[in-house]
Amino acid sequence: MRFSYIEPEFLIERDLERCIRCQVCVRQCAFEAHIYDEASDVVTADSNKCVGCLRCVTMCPTDALIVRPNPTSFKENANWTGRIIKNIYKQAETGGVLLTGMGNDRPYPIYWDHMVLNASQVTNPSIDPLREPMELKTYLGRKPERLDVTLKDGKVSLNTKLAPQLELRMPVLFSALSYGAISFNASKALASAAYEFGTYYNTGEGGLHRDLYQYGERTIVQCASGRFGVHKDYLQAGAAIEIKIGQGAKPGIGGHLPGEKVSSEVSKTRMIPEGSDALSPAPHHDIYSIEDLRQLIYALKEATRYEKPVSVKIAAVHNSAAIASGMVRAGADIIALDGIRGGTGAAPTTIRDNVGIPIELAIASVDQRLREEGIRHQASIIAAGGFRSSSDVVKAIALGADAVYIGTSALVAMGCHLCQICYTGKCNWGIATQDPYLEKRLNPDIAKERLMNLLRAWEHEIKEMLGGMGINAIESLRGNRLHLRGVGLTDSELEILGILPAGR
Amino acid sequence: MKRVYAKEEVCAGCRLCEIWCVVAHSKSKNIIKAFNEEFPRPLPRVKVEEFGPFSFALQCRHCKEPPCIEACMTGAMHRETPDGPVLHDPDKCVGCWMCIMVCPYGAIARDETEKKIASKCDLCQGEEEPACVAHCPNEALVFEDREE
Repeated sequence: MRFSYIEPEFLIERDLERCIRCQVCVRQCAFEAHIYDEASDVVTADSNKCVGCLRCVTMCPTDALIVRPNPTSFKENANWTGRIIKNIYKQAETGGVLLTGMGNDRPYPIYWDHMVLNASQVTNPSIDPLREPMELKTYLGRKPERLDVTLKDGKVSLNTKLAPQLELRMPVLFSALSYGAISFNASKALASAAYEFGTYYNTGEGGLHRDLYQYGERTIVQCASGRFGVHKDYLQAGAAIEIKIGQGAKPGIGGHLPGEKVSSEVSKTRMIPEGSDALSPAPHHDIYSIEDLRQLIYALKEATRYEKPVSVKIAAVHNSAAIASGMVRAGADIIALDGIRGGTGAAPTTIRDNVGIPIELAIASVDQRLREEGIRHQASIIAAGGFRSSSDVVKAIALGADAVYIGTSALVAMGCHLCQICYTGKCNWGIATQDPYLEKRLNPDIAKERLMNLLRAWEHEIKEMLGGMGINAIESLRGNRLHLRGVGLTDSELEILGILPAGR
Repeated sequence: MKRVYAKEEVCAGCRLCEIWCVVAHSKSKNIIKAFNEEFPRPLPRVKVEEFGPFSFALQCRHCKEPPCIEACMTGAMHRETPDGPVLHDPDKCVGCWMCIMVCPYGAIARDETEKKIASKCDLCQGEEEPACVAHCPNEALVFEDREE
């Protein structure tokens, strides 16, 4: 179709008095939205090509550029919004499934913003974390039923054999972002930041690049439905293994890394031919039941001599609590729940925006169910899907999570501007791309520093919040829902979250 | 001595180094004035070399034994201290271009805007670090003393 009915989403405005025609914008836009006209010595723009990533605005040395939402609007109404009309035009023009990147951007309630934390006043003292010790150290893995100890000559020795644990400096990990979906430099930044800070990152389904084996002890290696890059050394290299059943951004469907992103290095790492599409099936074809899951969990445990905890990750869906119970009984040491706001490098828009449940409700219902069944100690819970700040983390822990996976926040720390075009492979920030021109834009040293700064900042804030509540260890907050109150929630929401309304 | 080194693997090819080099050697030192009002405008003394996805910024390497000083017949190309930067005195330069002929890096350019003279990196004398290093958005240029 030659003529499109779709108006540009953004307008690029150039202040010609400030523009020095240096063409940095021209060179930095992978979508070729900026054009230099040599004959007239002027830089112009094609707003139709702009994705709103703001790379040009950030790089412009004279602040001559403004990119803003196109004020031209459809004659929209409550039912037929501009977004809906535009989507129909797009599909009428292409006949294809609408694709997108990043997490759900629809206005579902964000329960974190409807929960408030407690603080100590008069009757119990708050703690100043700058003056008193504050423990955020978190262990993930199966905990024993009870501890059997021997007391002999005043010395205590432990008789219980402990299951393998992951030791985290604070309850935040980097979630699964595969090499292939993101660039090598982005993977390296995540790996090195996790290594240096004392937390973990997750390989996603991308395998482990040979240059990243050095960070193995801070790596969670994933085994997903495509089994890309899974081999004995890979399983051995990581500190834990995660079986990925589902992903919050696209529950129930598989993955598709387009062939263009399967470069020579990605091909070697994933063990698939260069340039071929990497298609992950929707289900694991060897897992159709909890019993099948148990077989894979124990196959992986056998392969790694029971030295590493095995995590099972599912998308938060309607019956997550019952599934989680099955997962724990199948032998999972960690269960990862990915909520509806979880991100992705590519997903059909309709799936991302309509499938799954908010993570807050999933944490509460899973934690509740496992407690009721007396098996909560048998597995740690990692919550994922749209965690934006330290307060979201604290609230998740209070609801019952052991730790939190951050993906989007980590990408944003590295420079991601949430323009949602990861699936094109043309990320102007050098993150979600395999293009050698674009990859170099992400300096892994700078990105590592930014990630570590984010973690340090959250660490400080979490300590402040805990101190305010009069708590000096994150352990004391876990599942302590009395520290939460709901604001503007219905009775059933309060009941599911297991919290009281504010004022009560 | 401290020299500018390029990290090819993180050079984004944006050429902001060239732009800020021009500003640093302009009369006004103001980026908009330097480009939109000053004519003739100084040439960038750093050049981003590109070949496919590979790119890096190149400027005078301030060689230990600089062929340009050897070749300069007027003494325009000189060193003030034995391990100082290789500098160029425009008043002495006659524009014979011998320095350009002998420079193994191609780091000297012809400045034909006024009197024909050579144009090369002076490591931004008097500044804490060269403008190209200070303004590289990806830290692809570093200014440091390396044993060679």
